[in-house]
Amino acid sequence: MEYEPVIGLEVHVEINSRSKVFCACLNNFHSPPNSNVCPVCLGMPGVLPVLNVAMVDASMAVGLALNCTISRWSKMDRKHYFYPDLAKSYQISQYDLPLCHDGYLDIEVDGASKRVGITRAHMEEDTARNTHTIGGGISGVDFNRCGVPLLEIVTEPDIFSADEAFAYLTALKQILEYLNVSDCNMEEGSLRAEPNISVRPKGSTTLGVKTEVKNVASFSGVRKAIEFEIKRQVKALDSGEAVVQETRGWDADRGITVSQRVKESAHDYRYFPDPDLMPVVVDDAWEERIRQSLPELPQARKRRFREDLDLSEYDAGVVGMTKDLADYFDAAVVAGAPAKQAANWITGEILATLAERKSDITACKMKPEALASMIGLIGDGTISGTIAKELLPDLIESGGDPKAIVEERGLVQISDSAELEELAQAIIRDHPGPAQEFRDGNKKAIGFLVGQAMKATKGKGNPKLINQILTDALSQE
Amino acid sequence: MAKITLEDVDYVAGLAHLTLNPETREAMARDLGSILEYIDQLERLDTSGVEPMMHVLDVTNVYREDTVGESLSQEDAFKNAPKTDGEYFLVPKILDGE
Amino acid sequence: MSAELFRLSAHETTARIRSGDTNAREVTESYLAHIESVEPKVDAYLDVWREPARARAEAIDAAIAAGQNPGPLAGVPVAIKDNLCTREGRTTCASKMLENFESPYDATVVEKLDAAGAVLLGKLNLDEFAMGSTNENSAVKVTRNPWDSDRVPGGSSGGAAACLAANEAAFTLGSDTGGSIRLPASFCGCLGMKPTYGRVSRYGLVAFASSLDQIGPFTKDAEDLALILAAIAGKDPRDATSADLPVPDYSSTMRDGVSGSRIGLPKEYFTDALDGEVGKQVDAALQALKGEGAELVEISLPHTEYAIAVYYIICTAEASSNLARFDGVRYGYRHPDAASVEDLYRLSKSEGFGLEVQRRILLGTYVLSSGYYDAYYLKAQKARGLLRRDFDEAFTRCDVIATPTSPTTAYKFGEKMDDPLQMYLGDIFTTSANLAGIPGLSMPCGLASNGMPVGLQLLGKPFDEAALIRTAYAYEKSGAPTLGPAPLG
Repeated sequence: MEYEPVIGLEVHVEINSRSKVFCACLNNFHSPPNSNVCPVCLGMPGVLPVLNVAMVDASMAVGLALNCTISRWSKMDRKHYFYPDLAKSYQISQYDLPLCHDGYLDIEVDGASKRVGITRAHMEEDTARNTHTIGGGISGVDFNRCGVPLLEIVTEPDIFSADEAFAYLTALKQILEYLNVSDCNMEEGSLRAEPNISVRPKGSTTLGVKTEVKNVASFSGVRKAIEFEIKRQVKALDSGEAVVQETRGWDADRGITVSQRVKESAHDYRYFPDPDLMPVVVDDAWEERIRQSLPELPQARKRRFREDLDLSEYDAGVVGMTKDLADYFDAAVVAGAPAKQAANWITGEILATLAERKSDITACKMKPEALASMIGLIGDGTISGTIAKELLPDLIESGGDPKAIVEERGLVQISDSAELEELAQAIIRDHPGPAQEFRDGNKKAIGFLVGQAMKATKGKGNPKLINQILTDALSQE
Repeated sequence: MAKITLEDVDYVAGLAHLTLNPETREAMARDLGSILEYIDQLERLDTSGVEPMMHVLDVTNVYREDTVGESLSQEDAFKNAPKTDGEYFLVPKILDGE
Repeated sequence: MSAELFRLSAHETTARIRSGDTNAREVTESYLAHIESVEPKVDAYLDVWREPARARAEAIDAAIAAGQNPGPLAGVPVAIKDNLCTREGRTTCASKMLENFESPYDATVVEKLDAAGAVLLGKLNLDEFAMGSTNENSAVKVTRNPWDSDRVPGGSSGGAAACLAANEAAFTLGSDTGGSIRLPASFCGCLGMKPTYGRVSRYGLVAFASSLDQIGPFTKDAEDLALILAAIAGKDPRDATSADLPVPDYSSTMRDGVSGSRIGLPKEYFTDALDGEVGKQVDAALQALKGEGAELVEISLPHTEYAIAVYYIICTAEASSNLARFDGVRYGYRHPDAASVEDLYRLSKSEGFGLEVQRRILLGTYVLSSGYYDAYYLKAQKARGLLRRDFDEAFTRCDVIATPTSPTTAYKFGEKMDDPLQMYLGDIFTTSANLAGIPGLSMPCGLASNGMPVGLQLLGKPFDEAALIRTAYAYEKSGAPTLGPAPLG
């Protein structure tokens, strides 16, 4: 039988507020173990949580970027289960009234656009981290991460392939980065994706039994885990076995998912509204304030680059990949750089140079205005593109004003006809062979002679002018 | 409703991670049964159309600003820890899915 | 100097210290000596902080000598229920679970007492985690009623009530979830107030039922209630449920009298089930208030019969959640033999918690568990709304509601221990105020023929503690029967 997979994704995003979600501890779990902890996040007797307003703002921004409805009235609930990483033995989360709900995200897969429904995005707190490396049958718990603000974003079962899941995650991450609400680092766990997967006979409208996959540490891991699960479930059904509804762990080394046995009662979470926290009530003004603060989002920006600035699909995609890069590009254009040339420099030399240094645009010392200025110097003939390419690594490394550097280093292009005519005669004299080839009608031979002239001027000669003078000299003879 | 069976007691004791000895288990079934029987008089009360009261105070939107305050010293953080190596709170090895 | 400084009220004490008539050190010594003599019979304290109290008193005296103002409670010795977190000493909740717990922080009320210049004498016994009505659920010791050592002091703030009744502190703080201040105040013949929910910060009060708990004072007279409530009340940024409202100067309105004030008598409370003697004393108190110009009006609180059921659903549900954190990982009792995480939880909890605490955890877990939430918790929340509405409507016809605090005087030890339901039903008059979030106080209104104090309960509109204090003060001045010192005090 032919089957089709149905996939939903739960993504947990750690919000990068300065302090934790219910207490004033530093939100940074890279600190030494258990150094960013206080009575509140350690769940000491007698403490009370107070919600960090930055969490509500950031969650609302994500919700709006995902086209969600923002609840006018929502609340925090307690979700109970026992685990050493959960200080209070309940997690403060949102149960039936999430802050954001009923949104969508449009993604592109193989050139086609597709809409993924967002069921909800709700606020909660992260748990502590367990370490199993202590040995002696002992685990250690580090509560630095306990109480870090966490936003859980849940999709509808709208995703039908591993590639679509990958595209969704990529688009979501791009939005989160544009909003600057999270570090989005999957390896470090600030972005965690858990797919749930089921398969059903093709054409069927009912959903099959789903499994949920945890412990996936990269987007490509998500893709592989989904592909594995689909195959596993299809194989089971084909051989007459049933798929068991369960949580499975992704074993990246072996490339398989493994059943995690969890007691049925472990899912009786006994949710109830947290009496320690007051309702979150969002009025039009608050929502509008957040909406106004949203940056131009990736899709809109890419469209503008393509339609208003006439960039190619490819260039628009690369330049708009991250908010920092797109901001850089926009700033260069505002500073007077022609869009296409700015895009060429960015997607070409600049990104290549940064990539060599395993760095990104945020580390680029050359200001966007400097890029515009450099493009201007090429345009008005002050320097050649060759000189510009030579200058670039220094500019990226140390910054500075290209015009001043060009003058200081004497890199201004030689456009003096008399000087170049003298040089042309010398080149023709020294390279009689290619000169004769040109005279015999091989026009391409001029390239070699121009190259020699550029070499002789250390790249400072105006290549257009040299070409003209050489052509004239050889034709006149 | 009411009538608490021993299985009910075992189920909630499991959820609450309590181990009851045989006498306590029986006594709890009896006590919970009689208390729930008393509580069941609520069934008589018509609450249709009544909003649940989650808070007695009619207050919303109470927040803290996103500022970093002081955390505990390591000494205070671990002062009450039954088992620690001075870096972590120690527990018996945690197994997957436990 | 007076030999019996420990008999003074808080306002008298601080006035005499300020006037130079005595000093904080002398007052503290007087209390410490008295504690030494009566504590073996009363057993109210779990821990007496002798040296810290002396040092603190000396610091207060030094501040006064230097011309500073150490605050409105300068030099007044206070003791607090041991479910309030203190950096000093231990905070045990009278439970094996926390027998060694040293809080790394002070409760907000403790900071406020410090800021007001009070001298902390130590921590007081309670029913384990404040769960009980007799104080018999303490895992540590039995506190006795200073009026009759065969009788319970009431609970759960039994230590706080007995301590005050035995003059072992000038005032004490307790907590009230379903009557845990008012009931022991009634049993021990002192004043005890549960403020409006949100009036006093709960930060640092080990939570029993978060939507019901309030901290409040036990005092020797109404004037002390005014003084102490003002010192501990107010918005706390660490407690999202604390109300952002100004705290009135209760002392200045205290003497305004009750002339023209309407006192509501809920017909559902004055029934045949009421102990005849309790009814008689309460009635006399009401007549005294009438004599002061108050008008007595009959009111109805029609949902009263459901209060206990609603209360035991909500308080146990919240307790099962609040007590889940005691798992032996970061603090608290940890069973030495735990070989797995599951064992660690099960063994530590089963041995760390007493039976009543386990009973309430089980009940609360049950009412929240899958399939029962709507029938119990949600239904209780709705009924809670109806109970509140009862009070809102009643308070359109009266300013203060008066009832007995308890249907009976203090029980004998063991009398109620066998049947938890009967024990719960003893809270019949007190739980409604917690469910509705309104303020209430209990004050003595004479002795029954068994020699035990009877309590009059006054309930007020939300955040109108001033009306309760004014009424209590008027009653005191109208010739309320003075109980005299308790036999053990």
